[in-house]
Amino acid sequence: MSLNVLRSLAMAEGGGFETPTIADFYQPLWNDGPLAVTRAAVVLLLSVGLITWWLILTTKRAAIVPSKGQWITEGIYGFIRNGVAREIIGSKDFLRFVPLLFSMFVLILVNNLFGVIPPVQYPTMSRIGIPIALTLFVYVTYHYVGIKRVGFLAYFRNLAPSGMAKWIVGPIILLEIITFFFTRPLTLAMRLFGNMFAGHILLLLFITGGEYMLVHGGFAIKLAGLGAYVMAFLMTIFEMLIEFVQAYVFTLLAATYIAGSVADEH
Amino acid sequence: MTPIFGYALSAFAPAISIGWIISTALNGIARQPEAASALTSLAILGFAVVEALAIFGLVLAFVL
Repeated sequence: MSLNVLRSLAMAEGGGFETPTIADFYQPLWNDGPLAVTRAAVVLLLSVGLITWWLILTTKRAAIVPSKGQWITEGIYGFIRNGVAREIIGSKDFLRFVPLLFSMFVLILVNNLFGVIPPVQYPTMSRIGIPIALTLFVYVTYHYVGIKRVGFLAYFRNLAPSGMAKWIVGPIILLEIITFFFTRPLTLAMRLFGNMFAGHILLLLFITGGEYMLVHGGFAIKLAGLGAYVMAFLMTIFEMLIEFVQAYVFTLLAATYIAGSVADEH
Repeated sequence: MTPIFGYALSAFAPAISIGWIISTALNGIARQPEAASALTSLAILGFAVVEALAIFGLVLAFVL
């Protein structure tokens, strides 16, 4: 039993209201199937163009006394460089990774914010392919950095801390392999995807449900429809907060994983 | 109906965990306000990791 079954049940009874499902997120604009140009792709390209234009515009004539745009860009860059990268990776070799972390933070933030900004209103991170692509960058980076530092076999041997009883080293290495190779990338991608998807579905539900209740219904239902719109407003504000937090947490966890590979433990 | 019921049951543990994390962060900040920034970023990290579990349940309730 799923929401689709509930939807068909409601329609069979003459309900008429279709709850939003995951299929509503697939909006192909040209073609269909694997080569489709979907709304997510167009919004992603739009966000990349916007970010590039903004960053170039605010840093082209960089002055000692910054203009407003330059101050904002420097604020965000300083936040990631000092607050995230230097704190977590350490002051020795954090500069190598700042471009990656900064780009991902800004990309995820802008794409998340597109979920609530009126002309666009489509969070690109709610299609799981895009968080998977971003996670692949982080995944390859932290494994490559770790293996390059200590070599292939020593990387696996370092998964278990030294000085443990012989019989426990095996299970610990197995557990660490599962964590490093499966759990971390999976949860990193699914966290971002799930938050954006669930938030957008809630907004869709409140808004379309409120509209349905306002149009078809007696007086009490119309009042409930107004209540649904108030909830949609509150959920939008909450969704903006969650979007900031998710962008920050993705970058923070990426920095943590990289720091784990770069640190001198032994 | 079962996926939604399953999600309602599984949302119990993340709710308690998030309350616990924020309560500990509050206590720490109350004892030592200078540590506010360090505690805040750790609290947000912990919140997002725990919230991920609750969100997995919600997404699976929609998808399955």
